[in-house]
Amino acid sequence: MTKIAYVREKGIPPSPPPLTEVGIIRWVRQNLFSSWFNGILTLFSLYFIILILADFIPWAWGGHWQTKSLRECLDLDPNVACFSVLTARWKQLLFGLYPAEEYWRPTLTFILLLLSIVPILVPKYLKFFWFSAIYPGLAIWLLWGGSFWSVAIVYIGLIFGFATYVILSSKFLKTTSMALSASIVLTVLFYLFFSSLLVRFLSFLLPINLPFVDSLQLGGFTLSIVVGVSGIVASFPIGILLALGRQSNLPVIKMICVGFIEFIRGVPLITLLFVASVLLNYFLPPGTNFDIVLRVVIMVTLFSAAYMAEVIRGGLAGLPLGQHEASASLGLTYWQSQRLVIMPQALKISIPGIVNTFIGLFKDTTLVSIISLRDPVGLASTIRADSKWNGIYWELYIAIGLMFFVFCFGMSQYSQYLERKLKTDN
Amino acid sequence: MSEDKNIIKSDKTKVAITDEVAIHISDMNKWFGNFHVLRDINLEVKRGERIVVCGPSGSGKSTLIRCINRLEEHQKGSIIVDGTELTTDLKNIDKIRSEVGMVFQHFNLFPHLTTLENCTLAPIWVRETPEKEASEIAMEMLEKVKIPEQAHKYPGQLSGGQQQRVAIARSLCMKPRIMLFDEVTSALDPEMIKEVLDTMIQLAEEGMTMICVTHEMGFARQVANRVIFMDEGQIVEQNEPEEFFNNPKSDRTKLFLSQILGH
Ligand SMILES: Nc1ncnc2c1ncn2[C@@H]1O[C@H](COP(=O)(O)OP(=O)(O)OP(=O)(O)O)[C@@H](O)[C@H]1O
Ligand SMILES: [Mg+2]
Repeated sequence: MTKIAYVREKGIPPSPPPLTEVGIIRWVRQNLFSSWFNGILTLFSLYFIILILADFIPWAWGGHWQTKSLRECLDLDPNVACFSVLTARWKQLLFGLYPAEEYWRPTLTFILLLLSIVPILVPKYLKFFWFSAIYPGLAIWLLWGGSFWSVAIVYIGLIFGFATYVILSSKFLKTTSMALSASIVLTVLFYLFFSSLLVRFLSFLLPINLPFVDSLQLGGFTLSIVVGVSGIVASFPIGILLALGRQSNLPVIKMICVGFIEFIRGVPLITLLFVASVLLNYFLPPGTNFDIVLRVVIMVTLFSAAYMAEVIRGGLAGLPLGQHEASASLGLTYWQSQRLVIMPQALKISIPGIVNTFIGLFKDTTLVSIISLRDPVGLASTIRADSKWNGIYWELYIAIGLMFFVFCFGMSQYSQYLERKLKTDN
Repeated sequence: MSEDKNIIKSDKTKVAITDEVAIHISDMNKWFGNFHVLRDINLEVKRGERIVVCGPSGSGKSTLIRCINRLEEHQKGSIIVDGTELTTDLKNIDKIRSEVGMVFQHFNLFPHLTTLENCTLAPIWVRETPEKEASEIAMEMLEKVKIPEQAHKYPGQLSGGQQQRVAIARSLCMKPRIMLFDEVTSALDPEMIKEVLDTMIQLAEEGMTMICVTHEMGFARQVANRVIFMDEGQIVEQNEPEEFFNNPKSDRTKLFLSQILGH
C-alpha cells in the first residue's frame, strides 16, 4: 500500500531553462537539425548556397561600372560583371525614349504617385483623398503634356455635373432620380458642346502648356508603372462589379459576367495585347488614332479584372448567408448592404488573392515588349542592338528583376501588414 | 381538421374586438420548387399582440416569419404588414423591412463593425439619422438590453448571450413597430438563455408587437397572447397559452407537447 495523502512543505523557486533549450542553440536544433533527415537537408542546402554565392559575390563585387562597351569589360576581366551598361543606359531603363530635357516630368509624376497612394493606404490621411482623386488627371497631363485645360476640363465637367445635381435636387426637382438624370444629361451636353469652347477660352486667358510627348516615346519603368498602376486602379472596381454580377439573380447580367470572365480567363494575355496592337485598327474607322498605351491599359485591365472577379467571388462565397439576411432585414438596399456589410468582409478575406492579382498584373506589363512597346524588357533588346553592348544579358536582367522585385515585394509586405492589422481589429 | 378550423375561427372573433391590425396574412401559400412549405396560412396579428409560434422541425415556422419581411417570397395569397401589401415592388419591401425588426438564431451581427456601429449602421443609412443622434439612440438601446459597456467591442469579443442582445438592440434602433424572433435562444447556453429572454419579456411589457418562434414554453406562458402550433406547413392549432398547454385539442399538438415537455 502506497501513501496517497501528500502535502508540499517547501515551494520550488523558478529556475532558468537548460542552455540547450534557449536562444540560438535551441532555434538551430528545433529548426535545422530536428531529425537526421532535416540535418542532411540543412547541410545540403548550405552547400548549394555557398556554391552559388562563391561564384556570384566575386562576379558582382568586382564588376565594372565605368567602361564604354562590353568589349572593354571583357578585355579588362572576362570573369566579372559588366554593370557599365547600367551606368550608360540607366536613364533609358527608367524613362524609355522620353525626351531627356523632360525627365523631370515622369520623375515628378512618380513622386506624386507615391503621395497620392498615402491617403488610400493609411486611413489616418484619408482627408487628403481629394489629391488621390485629382492625381490621374495630373499624371496624364504631366506625362503626355499638351494644354493643362484639356485635362482639367474633365474635372470641371464633373464639378459642373455635381453642382447642377445639388442645385436641382435641393431647389427644383422633387425626386433624387429625376435630379440625377437631369444633371447627367446636362453634363453630357456640357462635354459635347461647351467643353472645347471653354478649353480654348481658358487656354487663351491663361495658357499652361507642356511640350507634347508621344505614347511611343513612353518607355522603361515609366511605362511599366503607367500600365501597371492604371490596370490595378481600374481592374479593382470592375472586378468587384463582375463578381457581384456573377452572383446576380438577373439571368442576363449573370450570363454576361460569366461569359466575360470565362472568355478572358481562357485567352492568354499576349493574344489580347496583339488584338490591342493590331486587330483593333481594323475595327476602328480609318484615320482614328486610338492611343496604343490606352489600348494596352484597357486590355491589361480587362484581363486582371476577370481574375479579380474570381478572387472576390471566393471572398463572397466565404460569407455566411446570414450577413445578407441581417442587412436586408434592417432595410438596407442591395447596394448599401454590398458596400457597408458584404464587401468590407469579402475584400478582407480576399486580400491575399487581390494582391496576388495586382503583383501578377504588374509583372505581366513586361509582355508589352512583344508588341514592340519599350518597357524595360523591350529596352533590354534595344540596348543589345547597340553594337557596344551586343551580348550583354545578366547584368541587364538582374537590374530589371531587382526593380520589379522592389515593387512586388513592397505590395506583398503591405498586404501582410494589412492582414495583420485587420486581424487585430476584430 | 374541422376541429382545428373551429379553433381558428373562435379565436378570430375574439381578437377582432381590438383595434389595429399589424399583420394580415390571408390564404398565403409558398413553395420551394415543388415542395409546398406553407399551405393556406391565415393569420391576423393585432398591434401590441405577442404571438409564439411552435412546431416540429421543418414545419415551416422560420419560413412563415421570413415571409413577413420578404426574406422569402410567397407565391399565393396576400401579406399586408402595417397597411402595406408585400408585392414585388422593391420600395414597399424596403419600407416594410425598416418597420419590421428581425432577430436570428445565429445573431448575424456584422463582425467587422463594433457593437455601436452595428447599431447605428441602419439608422444612418436607411433612416438618414445624423450620426450623433444615431449613436445616442444606439446607446439608449444598448442600455435597454443591459450592455452599454460593450459598445466599443467587436462582436467576436462578446459571449453568445451578449451578441444576441446586441442583435436585439440593433433591430430596436430602427424603432420597428413589429419584431420577429426566430429561435433566438436555441444557439445559447442555459445561463445565457435567461438574459435574452428577460430582454424579450421587457420588450413585451413595453407593448411591442412580437412574433416569436421558440420552444421556450415558460416564456410562451408568461408573455404570449396566443400560441400557434404549426405542422407540415399548416397552422394546426392556436389558442391562449394556458388553454393551449393544458388542454390541447389536436392530436398532433398533444404529441408535440408531450415530446417537448415530456423529458
Ligand atoms: N431555401 C430553401 N430551399 C428549399 N427548401 C427549404 C429552404 N428553406 C427551408 N426549406 C425547407 O422548408 C421546410 C421548412 O423549413 P423551416 O426552416 O421553415 O422549418 P422550421 O419550422 O423553421 O424548422 P426548424 O425548427 O428546424 O428551424 C423544411 O423542410 C426545409 O427543409
Ligand atoms: Mg427554423
